[in-house]
Amino acid sequence: MSLDPSFVGRTYPPTAPYQVGREKIREFATAIGATDPAHHDLEAAQALGHPDLLAPPTFPVIVTMAASSQIVEDPALGIDYSRVVHGDQRFAYTRPVVAGDELVCTNTIEDVSTRGGHGFLTTRTDVTTVGGEPVVAVWSKIVVRGEA
Amino acid sequence: MEFPAKTFRVTRADLVRYAGASGDFNPIHWSDRFATKVGLPGVIAHGMFTMALVGRAITEWAGSPDAVVEYGVRFTRPVVVPDDDQGTEIEVSARVREVTEDGLTRLDVTATCLGEKVLSQARATIRTTR
Repeated sequence: MSLDPSFVGRTYPPTAPYQVGREKIREFATAIGATDPAHHDLEAAQALGHPDLLAPPTFPVIVTMAASSQIVEDPALGIDYSRVVHGDQRFAYTRPVVAGDELVCTNTIEDVSTRGGHGFLTTRTDVTTVGGEPVVAVWSKIVVRGEA
Repeated sequence: MEFPAKTFRVTRADLVRYAGASGDFNPIHWSDRFATKVGLPGVIAHGMFTMALVGRAITEWAGSPDAVVEYGVRFTRPVVVPDDDQGTEIEVSARVREVTEDGLTRLDVTATCLGEKVLSQARATIRTTR
């Protein structure tokens, strides 16, 4: 799968706000077995100094994965999603995500390459509040497997 | 310094629950028919589910659910989850690479399944003073 290197540096328009709900945090924490009360109980989260329920560290992927459809479904880039596997993932937090956050994602393509018949795409997603406060920067590398 | 290893059991039910909670409904995580058709050895765990379990281990070692400042992994090998009640196990361990002057601890993390490394370059930075 050959990807067009001229896409490096491209930034997409900010996505529509994602409203982080308490029940979504509870559901996600339960799904990964995260039993810390700060994910489930408002008073426990507030005792740690947070305004509302605390999301586990990988929770932002819910928001960024949805936002990345902007790139992987960009017809100009031409990715065959059935051949995509996840390569790398990294989060750098300014602060944790909490319930009540309204999060906006701005996607940038940082790197595009083709090696051994496979395409590699690295994206950075800057996740901010609707007010522009930085929350977390998320890097993701996907591999588009070539035809065997 | 090393942290005590943690073991997480993963079954098909966990993958279905994670699919629902995360919104990642890729059929390679629940359909043997689909997974084998695309050349996988069977249904595999979401890489992000493995990353989330390792994240649990990190926050538990840190002693605080909000201690993680930075966290990254490379997915090197799929975690195959058989369709039975036992599922499979992911074992997670970590050692301290560096403690910085400004109160941050950098960890090198290892995650294995059936003795094989499933993540590489797994690193986290945690806040050790609030």
